[in-house]
Amino acid sequence: MIAFQDVHKYYGEYHALRGITATIRAGEFFSLLGPSGCGKTTLLRTIAGFEGISSGAVMIDGRNMAGVPANQRPTNMVFQSYAIFPHLSVGENVGFGLRKARLPKAELAAKVAEALDMVGLDGYGDRAAHALSGGQRQRVALARALILKPKVLLLDEPLSALDKKMREQMQVELIRLQRQVGITFILVTHDQEEALVMSDRIAVMFEGEIAQLADPETLYRRPNSRKVANFIGTMNFLPAKILSETGGKIEIEAQGFGQLTLEAEQAPGAASGDGAAVGFRPETLTILFEGQTATDRESMATIEEVVYYGDMTYYDVRLDGTEKPIRISMRNVFGRPVLEIGERTRVTWSSGALVMFR
Amino acid sequence: MSAGQRWRNWRQTEAANGLLMVSPTAIYAILMLAAPLGTILLYSFLTDGYLKIIRDFTMSNYVEAWTNELYRTVMLRSLGVSMTVTFVTVLLAFPIAYFVSFHVEASKKSLWLFLITIPFWTSYLIRVFLWKVILGYNGVVNSSLLGIGIIDQPLDFILYNVNSVVITLAHAYAPFAILPIFVALEKIDRSLLEAGQDLGESKFRTFLRVTLPLAMPGVIASVLIVFIPTIGDYVTPQLVGGPEGRMVANLIQLQYLKLDNYPLGSAIAVSAMAIVTLVSVIFVGLNRRYLKGPK
Amino acid sequence: MKGGWFKVYAIGYLLFLYAPIILLPMFAFNDATVIAFPLSGFSTRWFSAMLEEPTLRIAVKNSLFIAVTSSVLATTLGIFAARASTRYRFPMKTGLMGLIMLPLVLPEIIVAVSLLVVLLGLGINLSLWTVILGHVLICTPFCIAILSSAFQSLDQSLEEAAYDLGESAASTFRLIILPLVMPGIISSLLISFTISLDEFIIAFFLAGTEPTLPVYIFSQFRFPAAVPVIMALGTVLVCLSILLLTIAEYFRRRGIAKSGGKDTGGFL
Repeated sequence: MIAFQDVHKYYGEYHALRGITATIRAGEFFSLLGPSGCGKTTLLRTIAGFEGISSGAVMIDGRNMAGVPANQRPTNMVFQSYAIFPHLSVGENVGFGLRKARLPKAELAAKVAEALDMVGLDGYGDRAAHALSGGQRQRVALARALILKPKVLLLDEPLSALDKKMREQMQVELIRLQRQVGITFILVTHDQEEALVMSDRIAVMFEGEIAQLADPETLYRRPNSRKVANFIGTMNFLPAKILSETGGKIEIEAQGFGQLTLEAEQAPGAASGDGAAVGFRPETLTILFEGQTATDRESMATIEEVVYYGDMTYYDVRLDGTEKPIRISMRNVFGRPVLEIGERTRVTWSSGALVMFR
Repeated sequence: MSAGQRWRNWRQTEAANGLLMVSPTAIYAILMLAAPLGTILLYSFLTDGYLKIIRDFTMSNYVEAWTNELYRTVMLRSLGVSMTVTFVTVLLAFPIAYFVSFHVEASKKSLWLFLITIPFWTSYLIRVFLWKVILGYNGVVNSSLLGIGIIDQPLDFILYNVNSVVITLAHAYAPFAILPIFVALEKIDRSLLEAGQDLGESKFRTFLRVTLPLAMPGVIASVLIVFIPTIGDYVTPQLVGGPEGRMVANLIQLQYLKLDNYPLGSAIAVSAMAIVTLVSVIFVGLNRRYLKGPK
Repeated sequence: MKGGWFKVYAIGYLLFLYAPIILLPMFAFNDATVIAFPLSGFSTRWFSAMLEEPTLRIAVKNSLFIAVTSSVLATTLGIFAARASTRYRFPMKTGLMGLIMLPLVLPEIIVAVSLLVVLLGLGINLSLWTVILGHVLICTPFCIAILSSAFQSLDQSLEEAAYDLGESAASTFRLIILPLVMPGIISSLLISFTISLDEFIIAFFLAGTEPTLPVYIFSQFRFPAAVPVIMALGTVLVCLSILLLTIAEYFRRRGIAKSGGKDTGGFL
């Protein structure tokens, strides 16, 4: 229900948004993910109406938003600093957007109470807004926006100012809230974990462009470029070469893995300047202990580094026939020994877990 | 895009909105300040006629202003007085700014500032007059000293000359001098000073090598804040300066209100402003060169 | 350098600062016409004499009128300029702001004579309003300094939030911006009021025949007999200034408490 059609934006000479084309579906929890300066907040603000665009179109529900000022758009925003009005009470803050509707006092009070209840702040109506904690402020900001029943809720890095525990709590809250209210949520964040946890779909942005737009699983398993692969989680790379491509199958030769046949969807991206390589996540390789059998293919490797993490152990191993080590993550099982540096070990893997980067 | 559309687009830009927002004040300043200042600049080049001004361009006013011994003396005296006052005031102000910044606990600082600036909020006229009372022939200083027996004749060199002007102005501008230095001292990161001492420097050397250079922007501001207005002060020289203590402002007032010689008065005014600007620019420039610090 | 010596110096310095002012109440309540030691008895006759002086009454009325009008006008102009300077970029900004703030570094006499020349040249009669013109000119830079700091501490996302929730530019200003900069506005009004009330030179040059307070005081100085009354007047003015300052400080602290900010110590 929100469509970007080749949106460009310039700040003077600086090309901030370079041809953004995408569609966000109604009722979706959608995230804009990327490092600082990639343009994600700028893009969000073009939906809200706080930034104009240089060319292209931003459409909400089929209607071009050009010339529509921010205070007339069917969107509401939760700001990074929450922007709670410090001189008003919590109740006055939440009810602020309903001022224009001139509701009778009782009705207004009821709506405010309902909104506060929805975010878990019932009874806070009379509190002074400036005396709240970060998490409470965020809830007030949410209530204030949602009370107006917008079609789209925009959230600009809402969790970055909170500590870790509060952040995890709020992530669950936001998901619950979105399901309850049922409207489109668009979240801007630089934290890939956050995006993966909360979103239905994610647009990964670098330098003003959308690098890949997909659901979390696809982004994780089939990133379309090394940049996306590195941004989301960690990925190992080993040099590889494409030998031939015919009808849905790709023949490759990869260091450490040998000659393999992959499906076409395992090479999703276009050629980049980084050199061809095959990529795989740390958990897709498994170290075989005494007596265990391989699930699919098997190789030999030497342990070069052991990093113990409590519930996980990370092994940097060098596969036979390769030059650099790669990282394997293993869940620690009670009673199982931790391997030592220098030991030789068997490793099992499947060709289906690999991603070919051209 | 039509011209009308382009106009509408520009109207919405930040530049247009900013100009619109500042326009009432800017227009007022242009009408009431820029234009009048330009006018006296203009007048300084015209000739004075009886009851009116002749529109003949001439430099004779400036020549008069600088060659006439009385005028020249007064202008140079104003410069000298102003520099003395600035030097004394800023020198005396620094220790107290340092005291409040470094030796007073944070909660009491605004109280001290409050106390220091209260005298400033009382009538300037009355304060100058009180100095006349204090320094006069029968005034407080003389009657006390006589009473205690330190002197047996009243002192007559403390009023109606340059000395009284300097004392009065130093008193009046003291708070102006203290505040910028205080602000600059407050901004100094205390851990820098601790680092210096941690590395073995004495407190005095830390002061010389760290505190003083970092406080320099405040000192410079302080100097300018005192120097520029004092050179043009009217009330103090008029009330306590006597004939030997007249300064530029009294001269200007004379030319304008008593002698009706607008061109000459303007020339003196412009000359005075030129001196002030020149000295200030030299001062700031010297500091920049020798300290290479932030502005 | 220990704190001890500094404190001695500081106390000495404060004594120097307050010396003339302490004399005011001393001689205002002194039962003698000559300002000299030793003091005679206690008396309030100078205060009653002060209240009966008719010219003084008119001068006070005029000065109050000038001060109130100047402070309102200067604060208004200050709001425009401070808002423009903190929120927008626009061409010639440095030049325009420099011109507007110029009175801070110009000696008042220059402002006074230049306005005099222009007003007389235009054939405008000197009156209280011409004084107001001059006072607004010198007060506005102070207002801008205070209000700029107030506007700058205003989070821009507060305005955007108000917009986002449906308010217009005007109602955002009224409901959000104005209440939050109100302490700055009050400080600005009080400071302009105080500056205007005490200002002498511009009033002297531009008031024409109407008496104003500083000009009245100045004219009384050459009559030794009138001096004790001036002492009484001075005492009243000092107390008034201190009262106004305390009120300004109170409002400033209250404003901070209401919006939950931190006290950075003084609107100075």
